[in-house]
Amino acid sequence: MTAPPTTPNAPANSEERYYNYAYLDEQTKRMIRRAILKALAVPGYQVPFGSREMPVPYGWGTGGIQLTAAIIGPDDVYKCIDQGADDTTNAVSIRRFFATVADVATTEDTGAATIIQSRHRIPERPLEDGQVMVFQVPQPEPLRGLEPRETETRAMHAYAEYGLQYVSLYENISAFGRIAGGAGYPVLIDERYLMSPSPIPKFDNPKMDMCPAILLFGAGREKRIYAVPPYTRVRSLDFEDYPFEVQSWEQCCALCAATDSYLDEVVLDDQNNRMFVCSDSNHCATRRAQGHAGPMAGHSLAHLDEEPAQ
Amino acid sequence: MATQTALDLSQLLPGFADPTRESQAAFRAIMNATARPGLVADLAAAPTPPAGLNRAAGAAALTLVDQDTPLWLDPGLHGSAAETWLRFHCSCPLVTAQVDANFAIIDAGSDMPALAEFNQGDARYPDQAATLIIMLPALAGGPTLELRGPGIADVTRIAPQGLSPGFWAERAELVAHFQYGIDLKLCAGDQLVSIPRTTRIITTGA
Repeated sequence: MTAPPTTPNAPANSEERYYNYAYLDEQTKRMIRRAILKALAVPGYQVPFGSREMPVPYGWGTGGIQLTAAIIGPDDVYKCIDQGADDTTNAVSIRRFFATVADVATTEDTGAATIIQSRHRIPERPLEDGQVMVFQVPQPEPLRGLEPRETETRAMHAYAEYGLQYVSLYENISAFGRIAGGAGYPVLIDERYLMSPSPIPKFDNPKMDMCPAILLFGAGREKRIYAVPPYTRVRSLDFEDYPFEVQSWEQCCALCAATDSYLDEVVLDDQNNRMFVCSDSNHCATRRAQGHAGPMAGHSLAHLDEEPAQ
Repeated sequence: MATQTALDLSQLLPGFADPTRESQAAFRAIMNATARPGLVADLAAAPTPPAGLNRAAGAAALTLVDQDTPLWLDPGLHGSAAETWLRFHCSCPLVTAQVDANFAIIDAGSDMPALAEFNQGDARYPDQAATLIIMLPALAGGPTLELRGPGIADVTRIAPQGLSPGFWAERAELVAHFQYGIDLKLCAGDQLVSIPRTTRIITTGA
């Protein structure tokens, strides 16, 4: 079910609070804000920034958390997802963090959110004008796997020298017969900067092209911020004879029967039984509330309060 | 150029009443405007700065400028209450060489400095380029500009007043060398329009 926006019950902005609004100090926020504006001015370019220690380890979304902290205000409605799901540990923790330190209403409803922080997915529901999507990025440099030296990748971006990336895709085709790699598929922003879309499945890449929302990317450990403004061309790299294509499934979602969403495969037992369900939990719940039912709707696994079938 | 006179606090106008909340609100408006070139950001909640600055430019400075960002100030404002106000509230170093500045506050009514003299960024670090906060009499009523590029679905139009006839040609020459280029914040009254270097402009009309 889509929960309505909820106001946190803890009055985190009371006089007794011993930290600044939205956790970061004002000067850090200004530094991040300047980086965001430059990132929007040079779409796809990775702006270095002074990443701070956050109350979670690197790899748990420190880049995204710092971006959110720099932009969030009490009027925002905040949604946080991890692998598409609102109810996973990391998403719940980060959502609770901002409800506490920034006095914001939180929601699971994609349409009601003004800021959506995400690890590894873009929601199925199309993003809208006025929304800001914040991505947590482990490795901002799309070329890092091909060239370990930062000095070299900087130069490659400076001169738009992306031949190595195309060679890598070509080697994929010669080895596997297709462009392999399902997530973090490289994109070209406004036909200039090569960008890693963060490890979202390539299924989500087309959603970024001419998207009405602002897309912000933050890598805390690697200390980089980059952005895609609304209505910006985002092209997934491909070849004329090997065009870009996204994942597809023979099954529909086992719970909501969606045929157009990104599906996770869930192994059910050791008898080779499995199910495919929407990775976007809000999308799936919304559809089920509308009466859509997949082949396993009503299955015990669909109910959290019951033990899985043996 | 820094004046060495003691600061007279009784003459100093206030900055944001609630710096945390107000700078956040101002930043979101500026961020939305930067993401959507041509969109007019409303900074109506901004405090009134001293004469020489308009409210949008003052709010942009309070939101973005601090001790890490050298500021180039229009020579017409040197020694003014506006300079004192910026020094006090932003704690920013004031620089005389245009190339040293991260931010510049320019009154379009005075002599426009040569845009090429500002930092255009480095090939590897284009984010180092300067941001120019340009104060205008109004964001409407001037020659019509057609804007295209990232952040604009198709085309959008603005008509800022008070820029010299050659200004957009001078800017076009600089941003033609993308990723180099300067980013503009046009400010009039309590309104702000952002023109990043990616925006392609066609000047039409009078």
